[in-house]
Amino acid sequence: MILNAVIHVSMVLFLSPLLLGVINKTKAFVAGRVGPPLFQAYCDLAKLFRKGMVLSRTTSWMFLAGPWVGWVSVFAASLVVPLGHHRAPLAFQGDMIFLAYVLALGRFFTASAALDTGSSFEGMGAAREVSFSSFAEPALFFGFMALARLSQTYSLSEMVLGENFKVGPEKIASLILVTIAWFIVLLAENSRIPFDDPNTHLELTMVHEVMVLDHSGPALGLILHGASMKLLLMGALVMDVAFPWDPSGLADWFMFILEMALLAVLIGVVESFMARLRLKFVPNLLVSACLLSAFGFILLVR
Amino acid sequence: MSHCLFLTSVGLVAFSGVPGLFFNRRSMWGQFISILFFCAGSLAGLAAVLQSFLQGAAEEWALPLSVCGGNVSFRVDPLASIFLAGIFLVSAMGSLFGLEYWRQTRHPESGRKLRFFYGFLTAGMALVVAAHDSLFFLFSWEVMALSAFFLVSTEDEKKETRQAGWVYFVATHFSTLFLFLFFALLRQARGSFELVPFQAGELPAPEADGLFLLALLAFGLKAGLFPLHVWLPAAHANAPSHVSAVLSGVLLKVGVYGLMRACWLFPHPPDWWGSLLIGMGLVSCVLGVAFALGQHDLKRLLAYHSVENIGIIFLGLGLALWGRSQARPELVLLGLSGALLHVWNHGLFKSLLFLAAGSVIHSTHTREIDQMGGLGKKMPRTALLFLVGAAAICGLPPLNGFISEFLIYIGFFKALNLPGLGGNWGLWMGAPALALTGGLAVACFTKVYGVVFLGEPRTAAAANAKEGGKAVLLPLLLLGSLCFWIGLFPQTVAPFLEAASKSWAPPGTAPGPSLSGLAPFGLFSAVGLSLLSLFFIGKNGLDRRFKSRKAPSPVLTWDCGYLRPSPSMQYSASSYAQTLVDFFKWALVPQKNPVRLKETFPKPVSFHSRVPETVLERVFLPVVKGLQWVFQWSRYLQVGYLQAYVAYIFLTLVFFILWR
Repeated sequence: MILNAVIHVSMVLFLSPLLLGVINKTKAFVAGRVGPPLFQAYCDLAKLFRKGMVLSRTTSWMFLAGPWVGWVSVFAASLVVPLGHHRAPLAFQGDMIFLAYVLALGRFFTASAALDTGSSFEGMGAAREVSFSSFAEPALFFGFMALARLSQTYSLSEMVLGENFKVGPEKIASLILVTIAWFIVLLAENSRIPFDDPNTHLELTMVHEVMVLDHSGPALGLILHGASMKLLLMGALVMDVAFPWDPSGLADWFMFILEMALLAVLIGVVESFMARLRLKFVPNLLVSACLLSAFGFILLVR
Repeated sequence: MSHCLFLTSVGLVAFSGVPGLFFNRRSMWGQFISILFFCAGSLAGLAAVLQSFLQGAAEEWALPLSVCGGNVSFRVDPLASIFLAGIFLVSAMGSLFGLEYWRQTRHPESGRKLRFFYGFLTAGMALVVAAHDSLFFLFSWEVMALSAFFLVSTEDEKKETRQAGWVYFVATHFSTLFLFLFFALLRQARGSFELVPFQAGELPAPEADGLFLLALLAFGLKAGLFPLHVWLPAAHANAPSHVSAVLSGVLLKVGVYGLMRACWLFPHPPDWWGSLLIGMGLVSCVLGVAFALGQHDLKRLLAYHSVENIGIIFLGLGLALWGRSQARPELVLLGLSGALLHVWNHGLFKSLLFLAAGSVIHSTHTREIDQMGGLGKKMPRTALLFLVGAAAICGLPPLNGFISEFLIYIGFFKALNLPGLGGNWGLWMGAPALALTGGLAVACFTKVYGVVFLGEPRTAAAANAKEGGKAVLLPLLLLGSLCFWIGLFPQTVAPFLEAASKSWAPPGTAPGPSLSGLAPFGLFSAVGLSLLSLFFIGKNGLDRRFKSRKAPSPVLTWDCGYLRPSPSMQYSASSYAQTLVDFFKWALVPQKNPVRLKETFPKPVSFHSRVPETVLERVFLPVVKGLQWVFQWSRYLQVGYLQAYVAYIFLTLVFFILWR
């Protein structure tokens, strides 16, 4: 129990930046480049945490509180998400609601910190982030409802612990729909292509990156690390539903690492072969994610 | 509950504005006395409420009086006590806030009138909640509704205010009209004016359905449920801010109370009642927040958020009613405690937001959020407390909004695994719609907080804003700390909620589960406290880190190399909400003036966009116009002589005498 909690927390803290490396390596491989080293994100973080910060004179305390609250909220959210099929360190009835709202807490402060700079670019980024996230919420909740209905339980850890997924083919269909919907939500929430291009250099077209344009040094490091933790926890949610089988003990942790690597490769492949959507079509794609997971839920209602 | 204490408190509050009438209009004494009376009355009232909670059971008593043919009889059970606590607390905070915000010496023309009706509004609300007799209920209801009218039109020299007051006046009379019908039918079915639950099978189904729909119309109008909310935004926006705080924080809840009490009369409701309430709650919460997103006027925006929060309360109430018809005590407990806690919470954070907004408007002299900006530096304390309210209304942990929404969510999740789900679309739309609402609320309040308090001041008035004094900050601080208290220690309010749910359940119901078994309150305290302490640790760390390194001091925000950025280039409130407003344009019908640039060197053009009062303008006004046309013939009766009208009364009397 305690061992699992320790492994859980250390995976969240230390494994997550590796995902970014795997994604970038995949993209480089597809494009025929060598690409940045696998551990580039760790080097970036180490560099950022050693640096000083530049603060605009327009900003107030909110500017530094944003990245920190953002990081804390993602970390708190990660405590309720089961990695693989291990019970999360914090599991209680209704923890999926806590997950959604504590992430919203982080979003509130990150967006406010962006507005604190008084720049219209960052205002744009904040506006896009909060708009797109609110479309993603129902998709997430329809998925939770499908899982709650399947497993007759109300805690994330119990929903995906495995034994409840040994179900007939008509229920597999709804799991597949929820997986696809959540994968779309993952791409949107972690600002990947087709929603946002993490590598773009034009402020006008960015979503998440433009929000954090003025942050530097440790604050930017916190944002970067928070983003990688968020990728890990959303990825864990998707993979928990996608692979409902359950080897026990330590084998499951290896299984989980493999799953995450697979997911990172998948994201890399999606990013390599897709272009960004035009901004005005982004809500449509998110609405289709909502509909997919709503269909996933409706299949279970009779 | 000590009857004396309660009556004293109502009396003190009711007459708090009366001594001021005898003072000179330039003297502050009237206001001091009124605040003293008000605080004493509210403290007494809160003490009486606490006493009633401690006793637990419902209490009935009557005075040997009668008003309009009704007995002055009272019944205070824990359900009523929940509402009474909110009424006394929030109104007292508003009264205190008025000391600086609506100072008698600065508003000699309206201050005395305002305090006179403010006292009667509060007393009226308290009496409505405590009334046990329908006629007494109606009497108190009218005292409340009319005082609110005079309060909304405090600044009646402004045209906009008069219009807002007029719309409110019409709406509240429609509400009263439905109430008359409701109580008349109730009296016919029951044989007495007393408000006591029906026995099983006492009332045939169609009559019960009719009564329920009448109650929904009457109380929904007062509560500001979505299509019936048309009076609400203008009234809240044009009233003085501490009045808006009371209107939104408490007056709307009296409507909610009325509906809860009406549902309490029927121990065995059919299950479509609950579904209807859930459905209306869904529409109200999603469209309420969508309309809020489109507003540029700070108070109008907050007013639309009341529509949203009333929707959330209705979701909880609908769930409880559905649970009652299905005999599911855990759903009743979760739904009703969620709704009641949200009644408290919304009273706390919405009045906090309205008061803070009042302070901001007071120092910038505008309600347009696009004319503000950068106020966080000029008014740091107000900004911080507004932030607390904003985070609480979005339902973010570790604040109080999260706890009440959590209870309602858990209720909806529990309902998923019950038989009979398939036929009830409202039940499975509940959680996703609430989630969408939460996401949109975050969008809306980052917009408000960012545009008003962060960035650079957009106008000279905003640049010269000043922090409010102690009388302004003290109520804000108290309300803000209560938001934290309920968020961090929800177990302290759980007994009140359980008692209230028990008193709402039909008599003879088996005791259900306890709230602490359904929601992990202890864990919320632990998680909330650790979030808070982590916040302070990290913030200190980052601050120290910043100070320890030499950074290039004063630098500008990155502006893409543009040399002369100006505050007007900041992102505006309407641009911030544009994506979402466009998404909901089928409901909001936003208006824009089209801008076409033709020449090579175009002249300066201007662009406006606004979200109108779509429901009022597109639905209600055409209907009213149609009615006006239909009733044109009645103008012939309007001859303009008093004698003629008296003659009409005489003829009517004769008619009824003959008819009998």
